[in-house]
This record gives sequence, C-alpha cells and structure tokens, in this order.
Amino acid sequence: MVQYNFKKITVVPPGKDFIDIILSRTQRQTPTVVHKGYAISRIRQFYMRKVRYSQQNFYEKLSTIIDEFPRLDDVHPFYGDLLHVLYNKDHYKLALGQINTARNIIAKISKDYLRLLKYGDSLYRCKCLKVAALGRMCTVIKRISPSLAYLEQIRQHMARLPSIDPNTRTLLICGYPNVGKSSFMNKITRADVDVQPYAFTTKSLFVGHADYKYLRYQVIDTPGILDRPFEDRNIIEMCSITALAHLRAAVLFFLDISGSCGYSIAQQAALFHSIKSLFMNKPLVIVCNKTDLQPLEKLSEEDMKLVMEMKAEAMKTIAQGGEPNEEGVLLTMSTLTEDGVMAVKNAACERLLDQRVEVKMKSKKINDCLNRFHVALPKPRDSKERPPCIPQAVLEARADAAAAKEKKKLERKLEKDLENENGGAGVYSASLKKHYMLANDEWKEDILPEILDGHNVADFLDPDILQRCEELEREEGLRLEEEVAQEAFQIDGHELTEEQREILGQIRKKKALIIQEHRMKKRTAESRPIVPRKFDKDRKFTTDRMGRQLSSMGFDPIAAVDRARSRGRKRERSLSRAGNDGDDMDIDGQQPNKKLRAMSRPSSRSKSRPPEEVVPGEGFRDSDQKKKAIKKAKDSVKKRNKEARRGEADRVIPTLKPKHLFSGKRSIGKTSRR
Amino acid sequence: MRLEKCWFCSSTVYPGHGIQFVRNDAKVFRFCRSKCHKNFKMKRNPRKVKWTKAYRSLHGKDMTQDSTFEFERKRNRPERYDRNVTEQTLKAIPLITKIRHERQKKHITNRLADVL
Repeated sequence: MVQYNFKKITVVPPGKDFIDIILSRTQRQTPTVVHKGYAISRIRQFYMRKVRYSQQNFYEKLSTIIDEFPRLDDVHPFYGDLLHVLYNKDHYKLALGQINTARNIIAKISKDYLRLLKYGDSLYRCKCLKVAALGRMCTVIKRISPSLAYLEQIRQHMARLPSIDPNTRTLLICGYPNVGKSSFMNKITRADVDVQPYAFTTKSLFVGHADYKYLRYQVIDTPGILDRPFEDRNIIEMCSITALAHLRAAVLFFLDISGSCGYSIAQQAALFHSIKSLFMNKPLVIVCNKTDLQPLEKLSEEDMKLVMEMKAEAMKTIAQGGEPNEEGVLLTMSTLTEDGVMAVKNAACERLLDQRVEVKMKSKKINDCLNRFHVALPKPRDSKERPPCIPQAVLEARADAAAAKEKKKLERKLEKDLENENGGAGVYSASLKKHYMLANDEWKEDILPEILDGHNVADFLDPDILQRCEELEREEGLRLEEEVAQEAFQIDGHELTEEQREILGQIRKKKALIIQEHRMKKRTAESRPIVPRKFDKDRKFTTDRMGRQLSSMGFDPIAAVDRARSRGRKRERSLSRAGNDGDDMDIDGQQPNKKLRAMSRPSSRSKSRPPEEVVPGEGFRDSDQKKKAIKKAKDSVKKRNKEARRGEADRVIPTLKPKHLFSGKRSIGKTSRR
Repeated sequence: MRLEKCWFCSSTVYPGHGIQFVRNDAKVFRFCRSKCHKNFKMKRNPRKVKWTKAYRSLHGKDMTQDSTFEFERKRNRPERYDRNVTEQTLKAIPLITKIRHERQKKHITNRLADVL
C-alpha cells in the first residue's frame, strides 16, 4: 500500500550510474570468453545472450521505478493534492511517462538487434551488432537522465513527508502565522516543533499524537495562512489548504486576541470567513490564544462582535449533531501559562469523537457490527419488581462500618504525620519497636545482645535454662569428686623400684631431647634447604644415605654430614652437640630451659651486643627500625636458602667459556688442547 | 547477625571476615580465612588435614560428646523476646562455657596420660 509509506521507494540512480550498473552486470553475469574459431551458432548465441540480458535488466529496473512511484490518481486525494502542490502533477506525470517510453524503446531495440544477430556470419559482425545494440540502449538512458534526477529529488522529499493517516481521528490546527499553533502542538503532543517570533516558522505540515480516552489522535500543525485570493497563495499555504480540504478532521481555528502576532482581529476574522467553506462537515472549535496578554472579556466592542460572528458560524457546524453545546465552540487558553490547553484539547477530541461515532452509526457498516454483539437480558416473567434482598441488619452494619471508617480516617494519626512533626524524613527515624507484641510492654525498648564470648545468644535461648544449668553444675560437682578420687588412686597405685625410676628418668630425658630437636628442626624449617617432596616421595635423600655413599666412595663422611645437618640452623647450643662445643656447657645438669643455658656463661667471657642494639653510625633511628631492617634482610634470604640456591657469598664464575681460551690461533705451537 | 562456623576448620567466622561460597546446588560454604578457602579449592578433605577440628574430633584428640554441647543448638524459629529468659541465658552462657573448657582440658590430659 503506497498510501503513506513513501519511504520504501528504491533509490533512482542517475543516468550515468544506471548505465554503468547495467553494463557491468552484463559483463559479470554473462560468459565473457569467445573465440573466432567457435561454431557460428555458438558465437551468435553468445552475443544474443548479452543483448537480451541487458535489455531485461533495463526493463526490470525501469519497471520498478514506474511501479514504486505513487500514481497520483490512485492514492488518497489528500496525498494526491499534497504531491501536486509540492511537485507539479504534470511534471511528475511527464517524468514517469518518459521512463515508460524509454523502457519500450529499449525493448524494441533489443528485438531488432536480436533479429539481426540471427544472421551474423562472423564473430566481428556479431560483435559490432552487440556493441550497437548496447550503445543505443545506453543513449536512450542518457536522454532520460534529467527525468531520473528529478524523480530522485522527488523521492528524497517524499520520504521525508510526515506520515499522516487520512482516515484516522485528526485534529487540524490552522490560523494566521504566529498565533501560537506550534506552541499548542508542543504542549499537547511530544512533537518538538520550532517556535520562533517570525512568521512562517512552520513551513510544512507536522504530525504529533495525543491521547484522549484511550484513543490516539493525530494532531496536524499547519503553516500559517494569510488572507489572500486563492490564486496568489504560495506552496506553503497551499499545504495547509490541502490539508483542510481533504482531511476529515476537527478544525481548531486559532485566534490571537492580543494582536501580538501582528494581525488584528479584524484581519483574522476576514480570513476565517474566506476559508469557512473548507470547514464544511467538520467540527469547528474557535480557540482564542494568548489570554495572558489580553483576556477575552476585556476585548473592545467591535472585536467582540467579530468573535461572536465567528462563533455563530462555528455553531452551525454542530447543528447536525443536534446538541447545541455552547461551551465546545469558543474556548480561551494561553500556551504560555498552560491555562486551558487541556480543556481545548479535550473539547476538540470530544467533538470529533461524537461526530465520527454519529457518522458510523448512520452508515451501513454499523449494521455489520451491530449484528455481531447481542446483549442478553432475561425475559421478565411478569411485571413484578424483584430487587436484590439484603437483610436489614446487614445494611445497618454496612452503614456503621462505612461511618466508622470515615471517622477513623479523620482521627487516626498517620506515621507520616508523626514524621513530619518531628523534623521530616532525614531527621526523624521511626521507632520500629513501637508495635512489638511482648508479654510485658516495658521490654519493647530493650537492647538485645546477639553475641557473647564467641557464641550466638540465640542458640542458647531456652526458657528452662536455669534448671538445666543447675543440673549441669551438680553433674560437674560429681565429676570433680570422682576425678580427685581417681588421682589419689593413681598416685598410690604406682610403686616403682630404684631401677625402674632410673629407667623412667632416662626415658623422659630422651623424650624431651627428641621433642626439643624436633622443635628446632621445625623452627628452622623456613630457611633450611630441603629436597622438595615431589622429587623425594620415598624419602630416600637422607644424610645417612649420603654418609654411606660417601664412605663407599672412600671419603670421610662425618664433616659433610654435620654440615648438612647443621646448615640453616641457628647457632644455638643443643644438648645433642654437647661434644663439640664444650666451652660453656653445664655438664652435670640438665637445664631444660634453653634460655637459661644460653645465658649461662662465665663472667670472664665478653658479651656480644644484642642484635637489636642501635650502634651510632649505622644509620638507624631506634631499635625498632633496626629490628625491622634485620627482619627484612632475613626474609629476603629465606626463600633462596630454602631452595638451596646460589647465594651472594657463593663462588661465581662470571663467564663459563671466555673467548680467549676457546678461540684464536696460536703464534707458535699447536691448538690441539685448550 | 550470627557467628558462623568455618566449613573447613570449624573456627568461628566473625562478621566482616572470610569468604562465603555458594555452590550451584545452593550449598553454602563459609571460610574463616583464605587458608581454609584455598585448601577447599584444592579439594582437600578436612578430615585428613591435621590442624582442623574435623580431624581432631574424628581421631579422638578433642572431646566430642558431652552434655554441654546440647545447650548450644541452632533454632530455626525465632523466639519471642522475653527479658527474664534472656537474662538467665546471658548469665548461664559463661558458666556453661567454663564447664565445657574444663572438661575439654581433662579429656586432653587423660589422652596424653594414656600415651605415656
């Protein structure tokens, strides 16, 4: 349906491009290779195919143009007239006619040349014929290229026309320039029409949509009309006239009663009377705009008379409806203060709706609709009245409830009111505990602890917890007594001999030793290098094994094993190495306290400084900082030690293969060994 | 606000600590610190990891069954607030925990004594 969808017309290419497109397509889509050695029928077929292909393409493309452009007689007369006003109807038709003739000419050319090609006797002759055919077709297109350009322009303009549906509910806004039509449009719809102080700001029709009673209304804003004889009107005014003439819409005639548009009321009234013929059968509303500058009541006598005349005319248009509704005809408003804007819209929509419904009722179509629905009422048996039966008590109860509800609404203080009283939303925070239902109302504001000593209080809550606690304590008392009895028994029970006690002591000593060793090992685990577990799943890498292997090779393993064992250990004294460092060891006592042992030295021995002591000259502020520095130094070395990597003090060979030893000729002698 | 238990090591997770992981079958795993979280991601079984409570309970290192544990029970229904009950509970909790600690200590000493 081409009615108002002018956007779907395909682009009309300019003449030259048209030719290029078709010719390149011919070249691509038909076979390109032919030799003069081929059979003549094959050659002829080859060239005939090319001519036919070109002709078909030209035909198709021109046909699409002709079909897609709307025929002014087939579309709605509104669009027909609009297109005529905008682009001359005759010119338009001529252009399309030219395209049509071009199409036919091309068809004839191709027919002629195909006939000639049938008798071509050599490759050269066939080729010449083909060239001539295509050349003539292209010349035809070149001749119509101005028409193509014109149609392209029209197409672009048509695509931008507003999509006005001529059959739906429409409100048409008309009047002199600058009376406030576009402002009104902006107010009631979401359209964003230019509003400027100069006349003829709106140069073409604009469409917006407004809603009323769940129905959508098209609102059409027109350019202003001046009071001139019909023949003198320019294109812009003709647009509005066309719209007025063809669209079945409610007309809102705008009147600027303040005269700030530059035209007096007399002039506007004159315009009104000259175009009132266009308002036939259309609900007319006269809208007096700009009441903020000049209210209607304060108009002068003559102006008032003119306005009343217009009103009388407008009343005539509703005469058919049979409802002489005074208010719906003359309305005042101001788009600046938005006073009465909605009233105007509603009145106009209402009038239009009534009129349309009336028309529909009178037409034949309504009968089809009426047949489709049927309201079923039960047939009354007799003329006795049977209202619904509600018992008196229920009626009274209902009345009471309604009264109580009313009263309650008035009496009850809302939380919101309370909030407002106490300082508003940001200041007052509602007490949520107000409506708690507790056994004792004093408990409402209690602060309840949820956590105590790492336990959730809620997990312990129990109404008879006291009782259970008492039981528990009793149990505990019993248990403690039992324990004491047990211990006493245990102490008496063991009677050891001298020998056994000695053995026990040794066992305990050995055990303490093992524990201590283990602890030292653990403590130095971070810096002691070990073979990672993935390489040593079976725990084969032990110092014992190393010692055995070394001794099997003939070396003395003791030093190596000691070194391996002691590597990474702090230089602490340990009982197991009692033999090596005999200096400061207390031989006869076991001093289980390591610290005491470490500190126990004869006073003749000099004391070294504790590591944290700040020596002036080292650069530390206080012992804390020094401790931190020491810790950082140790940390940086830990990982390296653990992975048994090469450290800073380990021997390093900077270049493994220095060039001077591995290359070069000798001045005398051989280079068989390096 | 609740104190939860770490799924891996069974220590308490205080508010603001740890990570909570919700699996696609809607099971929630709470971890007290990244150590437990990383162990979980490595798919380690807490019953085999020595320092967790699960291991210790399973291998009898810590006391598992005692009447003091029955006082602490997660209730799914909120109880209506009663000041007297709450007061009594708050007084009772330290007593119960004290008794529990004593009993745990005794358990451990007994265990060590048996070894020796």
